[in-house]
Amino acid sequence: MKFREIADIVMNASPAEQTEVLAMEQDESLTRFANNFVHQNVTELNAQITIRSVIGTRIGIAVSNDVRKESIRDLAIRAYDVAKLQPENPEFKGLPEPQPVSRIEAFDSSVAECTPEQRAASVGVICRRAASAGCSAAGSMTTSAFTIGVANSRGVFAEHRSTMADASTVIMGSNSSGWAQSSGWHLKTIDTEALADEAMTKVRMGSDPRDFEAGEYTVILDPYATADLLELLAFDGMGALAVQEGRSWLNGRIGQRIMADSVTIVDDGLNSAGLPWPFDFEGVPKQVVAVVESGVAKGPVYDTFTAGREKEKHSTGHASPPSPHGRIGPVPMNLFLKTGTSSLESMIQSTKLGLYITRFWYTRTVHPRDAVVTGMTRDGTFVVRDGEIAHPVKSLRFTQSYVEALKYTEAIGATARLLRSGFGGATSVPPVKLAKFTFTSSTR
Amino acid sequence: MKDFTSRALNVATHEGARYADIRIVNSRQQMVSVKNGNVDGIGDQDSQGFGVRVLIGDSWGFASSAYVSAAEIDRVTRLAVTIAKASSMVPGEPVDLGRPMNSVGKYTTPIEIDPFTVPLEQKLDLLFRADERIRSNARVTVSEGNVIAVRHDKTFANTEGAFLEQTIFESGGAIAATAVNDNEIQIRSHPNSFRYQGTGGWEYVTLLSAESCPSKETTLILGSSQLALQIHESCGHPAELDRVFGTEAAFAGRSFLTVDKRNNFRYGSDIVNLTADSVRPTGLGTFGWDDEGVPASSAPLVKNGEFVGYLMSRETASTLGLQSNGCMRADGWNRIPLIRMTNVSLEAGTWNFDDIIADTDDGILMDTNRSWSIDDMRLNFQFGTEVGYEIKNGKRGRLLKNCTYGGITPDFWNSCDAIASQKHWILWGTPNCGKGEPMQTMGTGHGASPARFRNVKVGVFR
Repeated sequence: MKFREIADIVMNASPAEQTEVLAMEQDESLTRFANNFVHQNVTELNAQITIRSVIGTRIGIAVSNDVRKESIRDLAIRAYDVAKLQPENPEFKGLPEPQPVSRIEAFDSSVAECTPEQRAASVGVICRRAASAGCSAAGSMTTSAFTIGVANSRGVFAEHRSTMADASTVIMGSNSSGWAQSSGWHLKTIDTEALADEAMTKVRMGSDPRDFEAGEYTVILDPYATADLLELLAFDGMGALAVQEGRSWLNGRIGQRIMADSVTIVDDGLNSAGLPWPFDFEGVPKQVVAVVESGVAKGPVYDTFTAGREKEKHSTGHASPPSPHGRIGPVPMNLFLKTGTSSLESMIQSTKLGLYITRFWYTRTVHPRDAVVTGMTRDGTFVVRDGEIAHPVKSLRFTQSYVEALKYTEAIGATARLLRSGFGGATSVPPVKLAKFTFTSSTR
Repeated sequence: MKDFTSRALNVATHEGARYADIRIVNSRQQMVSVKNGNVDGIGDQDSQGFGVRVLIGDSWGFASSAYVSAAEIDRVTRLAVTIAKASSMVPGEPVDLGRPMNSVGKYTTPIEIDPFTVPLEQKLDLLFRADERIRSNARVTVSEGNVIAVRHDKTFANTEGAFLEQTIFESGGAIAATAVNDNEIQIRSHPNSFRYQGTGGWEYVTLLSAESCPSKETTLILGSSQLALQIHESCGHPAELDRVFGTEAAFAGRSFLTVDKRNNFRYGSDIVNLTADSVRPTGLGTFGWDDEGVPASSAPLVKNGEFVGYLMSRETASTLGLQSNGCMRADGWNRIPLIRMTNVSLEAGTWNFDDIIADTDDGILMDTNRSWSIDDMRLNFQFGTEVGYEIKNGKRGRLLKNCTYGGITPDFWNSCDAIASQKHWILWGTPNCGKGEPMQTMGTGHGASPARFRNVKVGVFR
């Protein structure tokens, strides 16, 4: 069913003062491999309709994947019945009004039409490379086609379709491992030969890792580790709800120089180098928002609800999907760390003593106000001494404020890598060199 | 429903599958959440669809769809077969599923009150009353409460003759208070920080002005809810046999409990007994049959400190010459079953909790999880808790904030020298266990009573 038809059914059926319908359909396939063979190969076709029904300042939400006409009508009534039950919420200022939405190309038919045989052939490249070297590969390749439509009774009507392709692998040797990943909306961004090369290089470099004493060191981070910095900072407080509730690392820091001058973090949902979306889950056009500009904290992203709680604020187009579970608040889905002029090689050459890290693993926030995070290094951790990689070391645990870490940024790479993120978007990140990073223990 | 399941199994067999199963699932959730005196979220969510899993030769394929109709079942089943044939382009070892699973039956979670029959007005009233009491203290900046009701109607059938119908109910609720000042944020929640078990009163603790947890090596006493997460991360996950075999290596990680360690590894001290159980009432890992049609069961993972068993599927169990203990569970119709924890619990000890405190000269009592992290082999962990208390000369002392502790899994469990008795034992629910690609979220149960651990590193913060 076309989105216009779904929207018409909802608007005609809803007795509410204001009504919003969000419809999404996803056709996603994933081929997963381990021990050099495909062990899991799945596909899913699913849809979801979310209706927000507004009476005064009361909001009812109903969600279903049943897209039959009579079910959609029933869903509109269910949302209305739920809205009737609750008291007024004066903080809610209404659904957004329509604004012009730009059209962005983010759909590659070769992703949407990718067959199970194509995915198997692609991951087979990695499996055979690993097997021929006596190693074991695990990983996955995902291809996904997605359509979204948002409409409301105030005149919002927006549609977008996109694709996403992602492949990642960990290749394991006898006592070392390597990681590689790439993401994009074009199928051509997935080069499994290159991924296999990259991961195998780390396997060879990481062979026979030594113990290494925890402490404070200079670190050089591959883009995989850099991405974790941005994603945790986003999770811990780049949204206005977190700031309004006083649980963000931005609290007390807006307007202050908190990171190195070279650090600019922008959410740009319109940039075709990412996984672009022209509007958010309320149909509000996405704005380009600098959360940190030249080291200065500028402020969070907003949705309609959080903007309505502050004077002279407007949504920046970062609403998350409405949920009966409660408000997640606005989130940045398309983060870019502005590239610098350095390279991985020059970062290593300029380091007297430090650690070169492939990626972080199982990172969790210990204290959100300072974005203190603990986690492990994984799939390649190396000592850098006198400008050269000296030897691999066993994985280390760190406990470190990510805000503080970026204050000591010494270099940022000139080229970035796009990596699918946990928010359903993607993060564009170069390698970085940070002068101080605290490791608190090692593992066996 | 049998028409649909038979249709899928017949198509799969006709297309060459040597094994196939189908699950048709209809899930409904009703949520109510209140924050700072306002409704934060309220409404219904439902999802229905089916998934078909086929085995062609030694390769698997799975396809699923939200559109339940005869024509779609034909299309999706044939697609699963196509996918399985594509899998065979990168083949693995022979697949042996062990003895056939051909149970026929029905199971419904035993409940006294259907949570969907409780009016939304009553749920809102409960939450607003709790919210008002939390906000009666001006230093609380965010008050939150929620209740949830879940119902899964599942039909499973396979080519070996199984036909199973299950209705699983889940319900729960929780509250939390957050206080913030210029540089601190502290939260206390009840009954635990995963916000998903029990309803009713709340405990009140203000932590902003408390001393921070010191950094040192000391005796650690863990409360029941924090211990539940410790079990989840450092026993439940490493005992999953798919991790051991490397099939989660790229995402969820592997395990230090390699197959040579079964019946040959001192996981913990003599008093440590850990059990995987799917029959215990009220657990989030309780059901009639798993999503391969294997009956619910109870089996030890660690017995008197010795590592003795895994969480298994049919395929992984047969690799070790064993039978599955029924741990394959899928997060809905659109996900393939994976090995998941059921109710993995630390069996009660003999100590009175007050006696553990009285018997401790110097230590810290910590409870209610705030953060968790563990390495990909499940060895090096670091956890944070919402609250801690100093223990001095056998008495509970001052309140401590920002508590953390860390260690290496077998060292930690081997340092356990006291476990409280059955009267302190609580079966907790963890509704948010993530695993697999595409990501699956599963509810797991973990029972524990408070326990004591020696020589633990605490106070790793900033």
